[in-house]
Amino acid sequence: MKEENSEKSFLYWLNQIWLSVRVPLAAVILALLIGAVILLVSDVNPLDAYSALLKGAFGQTTQLRRTLEKATPLIFSGLAVAFAFKAGLFNIGAQGQLIIGAMASAIIGFMVTGLPPLVHIPLALLGGAVVGALYGAIPGVLKSFTGAHEVITTIMLNYIAINLTDYLADGPLKDRSPLNVVARTPKIAESAVIPTYQLDLTLGLVVVFIIMILSSILFFLVFRKNTEKIKNKFLRFFAGFAFVIISGVGLGLLLKFLFPNLYARPITFLQYDVIPIPVGFFIAIATCVVIWFILMRTSLGYEIRTVGINPYAAKYAGMKVRLMVILAMVVSGMLAGLGGSVETLAIVGRYQPGFNIGLGFDGITIALLGRNHPLGVIPTALLVGAMQAGGNMMQFEAGVPSEIIDVIQALMLFFVAADMIVRWIIRAKARPGEEKTKLTTGWGNQ
Amino acid sequence: MNLITYLKSKKLITSITLSILGLALVIMFYIINPQITQAVLGSTIRQSTPIILGALCGIMCERAGVVNIGIEGQMLMSAFIGFMVNAWTGNLLIAILAGMATGALLGLLLAFTAVTLKLDQIIGGTVINILATGLTGYFYQAGITTKGKLSPITLGGLAEIPLIGPVLFDNPPITYAAIILVFVLQFLLFKTTWGLRMRAVGEHPRAADTVGINVFTTRYINVVLGGAIAGLAGAFLTLEAVGSFERVMTNGRGFVALAVMIFGKWTPIGAWGASLLFGFANAMQTQFQFMGTFAIPHQFIGMLPYLLTIIVLAGFGGRARPPAAEGEPYEKE
Repeated sequence: MKEENSEKSFLYWLNQIWLSVRVPLAAVILALLIGAVILLVSDVNPLDAYSALLKGAFGQTTQLRRTLEKATPLIFSGLAVAFAFKAGLFNIGAQGQLIIGAMASAIIGFMVTGLPPLVHIPLALLGGAVVGALYGAIPGVLKSFTGAHEVITTIMLNYIAINLTDYLADGPLKDRSPLNVVARTPKIAESAVIPTYQLDLTLGLVVVFIIMILSSILFFLVFRKNTEKIKNKFLRFFAGFAFVIISGVGLGLLLKFLFPNLYARPITFLQYDVIPIPVGFFIAIATCVVIWFILMRTSLGYEIRTVGINPYAAKYAGMKVRLMVILAMVVSGMLAGLGGSVETLAIVGRYQPGFNIGLGFDGITIALLGRNHPLGVIPTALLVGAMQAGGNMMQFEAGVPSEIIDVIQALMLFFVAADMIVRWIIRAKARPGEEKTKLTTGWGNQ
Repeated sequence: MNLITYLKSKKLITSITLSILGLALVIMFYIINPQITQAVLGSTIRQSTPIILGALCGIMCERAGVVNIGIEGQMLMSAFIGFMVNAWTGNLLIAILAGMATGALLGLLLAFTAVTLKLDQIIGGTVINILATGLTGYFYQAGITTKGKLSPITLGGLAEIPLIGPVLFDNPPITYAAIILVFVLQFLLFKTTWGLRMRAVGEHPRAADTVGINVFTTRYINVVLGGAIAGLAGAFLTLEAVGSFERVMTNGRGFVALAVMIFGKWTPIGAWGASLLFGFANAMQTQFQFMGTFAIPHQFIGMLPYLLTIIVLAGFGGRARPPAAEGEPYEKE
């Protein structure tokens, strides 16, 4: 007990993070193992499949970029769903808000020309955010003032959004260039394309070094019991550092041994020359931090969460429940709209019906996997993004239908939710005060 | 008290007026163009079948206090299994039963996560949805064909009645089953002890437990039976409507069913009305697309049912009140 108090600082928080991360981590591994069994049953070598998956997700610069590109809109849609959940609202409509936002950005992207990128990109993003927010406001207002259930209205609004954008992309806004036969808008102007930031390797090394230090602290905390004999804190830290390096190299070698084709080139310290990071990814991370701050550190966030946990208590305490419901839907819609914008401006480059289908629904999975935490959304979106990016390669190289990804995702979700099963397997005791995820409070409340 | 009776009577008057209006319109259109009217109404019934079946599944689950957003997944999975079994055995009855069993099995999974593990029920449903998308996509191979699909059964003289006959009494078996199920469930839910018990479990499980109703068993039975009904909806898609399987072929029908269930205020007949509305709008959309000459783009017709639902819900659908104990796992003391 004494030691815990003295370490209630940086290390204490790291320990807290580890404690909340270990069960989802075990859940992911468990899901991958069951996925391997399914692969085995259908006569595929799971090692081949998973190595293709890894390669497709992180193998080379292009793949890494693809992963980050896939993850970016997913962070937004996951955040959108998580934010609504926090207010006790189930926003199945992230898909519709995302579509509308994507369309708005595309319109600003190709109709407005002659602006410098520094003006054009924010303008297009703002357009997507505002339109998404307005579209999200509809179910919020309806719920607050007429009691219409948000699950129905958002589902209905999804279909309306799909029909509306289909019409626009096939009618008044159709790409009229002679070569085009499909329903899509013209390409957005060069100045509206969100660029990719090429993180230089030397800088990348610094980042990697920082990550390694952080992870060594983490590992050292994990094995705190084992390293307690080493009295000196610095010595303990360096023991952890050495452990990380050794285990990192060991893991790399093991991967190389298991999947000989994993890296195109022999293992160097890093197989990338540059680390390509889409700028949208930075925006996504920053948004997560802002939302986390608003939700967890401001009185507004407190009110929203209270409304989510118990609207009656919130009302009794004098909170404006109706306003909070509308606000939560507006913010949720805004986030989803931003996701659509980023997808349009950075990846697709125009609005084309069908290109963003599923992003909003994946948001539900990501929010649930990330335990509804604004920051938990980031790693889960990265994970799902990596799996989606790698899934194509897996289909192409190992001949495994990429739908196995969905199966693994479903299993992950199940094990994250059914944490008692995972706890039983890894023999981890539940921490006091660690609550079960509870989302359905908002189902019938007003 | 007076206010409530007043509102109730007003609602009754509204619905009667609307029905008469609708009927008058149908007769008018029938006089103008009998063929198209008949085609649209027949299509309405067919389009509404999977949705009402899904909604009945939802009602079964939610009346017992379990939220089921996995209807979509249950439908998809049973559509797939029904299709595969039909392709292997060539027997339609076995295929339907296999589809229903699949739905029931997924219902069992949902009941296990919701009742036994006491997980969040939205997560349980989402797991089923993703799992179904993944598994069906993974195991589906192009090129498998079914051995026939369910054909309409003409109910003798009834089918001779103009307009109503071909629309109502000349349908394939699952469509009949759906309509019969609506009334059977309505009766069971509100007129029998079994239904009363089930609603008690959904409204106030503690009280139900006190008078000796087994909350866990009731929930298990309901969710599994509901799953079987959703399985029937899936079987409808592959064995009666389309005749083959496609990836993600449910196309959001499970979610629409959920909306229909809430729209119909958790009653089978109400949900049936709502699902007919959806079926009708879908039929109209197909009709307009088919004619092709209409001035309104078909996407706008496609929006109509969804727009209509929102307006009706916001206008006089009012505050839907779900079963009180819904979504909450029951902890026995």
